[in-house]
Amino acid sequence: MKRIADAFENAKSQGRGAFVAYLTIGYPSLAKCEAAIDTLVSEGADIIELGVPFSDPFADGAVIRSAAYEALKQGVTLADVLALAKRVRAKHPKTGLVLFSYYNLLFANGLDRFADAAADAGIDAVLAVDLPLEEREELLAVLRPRGISYVPLIAPNTPMERVKESAKGLDNTFLYVITVKGITGARKELPSDLASRLDAIRAAVELPIAAGFGISTKEQAEEVCRHADGYIIGSALVKRFGNAS
Amino acid sequence: MKNGHYGQYGGQYVAETLMGPLKELEAAYFEAKDDPAFQREFAELLHDYVGRESPITVCRRLSEKLGGATIVLKREDLNHTGAHKVNNTIGQALLAKRMGKRRLIAETGAGMHGVATATVAALFGMPCEVYMGAIDVDRQAPNVGRMRMLGATVHAVTEGSATLKDAMNEALRDWVTNCDDTFYVIGTAAGPHPYPEMVKDFQSVIGREARRQCLEKFGRLPDQAIACVGGGSNAIGLFAGFFDDASVKLVGVEAAGKGIATGEHAASINGGRLGVLHGAKTMLLQRPDGNVIDTYSVSAGLDYPGVGPEHCHLHDTGRAEYAAVTDDEAVAAFDELCRYEGIIPALESSHALAEAIKRAPTMPKDSILLVCLSGRGDKDLENIENYKKSKG
Repeated sequence: MKRIADAFENAKSQGRGAFVAYLTIGYPSLAKCEAAIDTLVSEGADIIELGVPFSDPFADGAVIRSAAYEALKQGVTLADVLALAKRVRAKHPKTGLVLFSYYNLLFANGLDRFADAAADAGIDAVLAVDLPLEEREELLAVLRPRGISYVPLIAPNTPMERVKESAKGLDNTFLYVITVKGITGARKELPSDLASRLDAIRAAVELPIAAGFGISTKEQAEEVCRHADGYIIGSALVKRFGNAS
Repeated sequence: MKNGHYGQYGGQYVAETLMGPLKELEAAYFEAKDDPAFQREFAELLHDYVGRESPITVCRRLSEKLGGATIVLKREDLNHTGAHKVNNTIGQALLAKRMGKRRLIAETGAGMHGVATATVAALFGMPCEVYMGAIDVDRQAPNVGRMRMLGATVHAVTEGSATLKDAMNEALRDWVTNCDDTFYVIGTAAGPHPYPEMVKDFQSVIGREARRQCLEKFGRLPDQAIACVGGGSNAIGLFAGFFDDASVKLVGVEAAGKGIATGEHAASINGGRLGVLHGAKTMLLQRPDGNVIDTYSVSAGLDYPGVGPEHCHLHDTGRAEYAAVTDDEAVAAFDELCRYEGIIPALESSHALAEAIKRAPTMPKDSILLVCLSGRGDKDLENIENYKKSKG
């Protein structure tokens, strides 16, 4: 199963960028998140990022942080997120599923145990916010034999050699290109050099690239997709489905 | 040590955007470390501005009363700004200047590191913003006033447990957003590489001085060197002076709060398990699911769920041992030092002192317990009065 690679191929063949949708799972509730995912898939989401709520979301802006705290108040754990993923997988066999987490949640109970559970839930790839290139092999070593891929983050200040190094040895995934230095959340304007930066990254790697952080509108997404293979919307969706509760 | 790992601990577990700034910092630090001009300027400021060296003081009445080992204090409380924190902030501010960074940010728990950062920011003419948990803003009000007086902006962080870890989260968010012109002055020997090593180097003046002072005063080394451990910067600085002296037992003292069995404590090594937080693999107080626990200690400066990675490694190798002292024991030690020696210690340092008070009576009269008195306690007076009232 190469769902993530297929999702990007499929979008490309339709002349559009892939739509990657992020939700903090458990906010406003597990049931509402599950319904929101159904809605997003029906609206054309190709890949869903399942955000695992963490007590110390130091890379996140206000919207995702408060969603995480709300979810934690309800006692939502990684196990709940994976159980939800399993249900989503059964309903939407073609949708790519990325587990989006801080590393300690994956590490806490043993990486092998985590990887087994993720494989059982039908997770296609894992993204750990605080696990850079230097430290990631420990996780990749348990994901690889189970056929689960990894999504590397690329920052505005990541040198091109490091971009290539980050993409090395991975398939059925994409590079998550962070558009701005900073935390998650909507921005009115994206940086002026973003287009040239995306072009350069795209030229340097085989993997598809998707841009995220700060993208909240259809116009921003269309603009970004002239230079990338997909886009990620997070905070704006967390807000939308949170408000709908 | 490879890539900033100490055994299985340490490393650089940060968001990708911070890898560039960390590599820049690493390169600048190791260059500065080998630059005699940098070391000269650092030493000169420690001497002329901080007032080093700090003395060692024999606790005559207290030791006599306990009837065993002699307790000797390394007086970091006598430094300018009243704690060991300034040794490190001077070093990091010099480095910031060398790197052409314009702005300093810091997290603080008890406020001593915040004050020490605000102080060097004023000294070097740099703007300074300090993140502090809202609970700590309340219980360490005098230090908030000091920081503001020195021209720093203090942000009260209300999220999460509203203590040190949440302040550090917010400082990291600031740094990731403003990393081009901002230097993040971390106050303890924790966080991603190179911070634990850099902070140890800047604080190692404590151990170096104390070792020489013991040899001069007693003609011998202490039997044990004891320091409190939150993140563990004063402890690693003290220990660094004695790593090669196998005869000197190194003792870190964690905050047992209401008792480790109650779950309300901040003793990461004694009560935690391996995890990853704020850039390092470390012993971490966490729930079974990997979320971080709200720690508790009467002492704001020790109220942190992780601990410096080198301490975890020293614990594993057995080179250092790690005890834990409750709120009650620390407050009792605080009182003893006030009444018997005329020294008002910080609540953090009182934990180290409490462990020494436990050990002294069990040891021969000619033995020496060297305790790092990491800070002075006037910041804690209201806090301690409230604590005593709550105990009736």
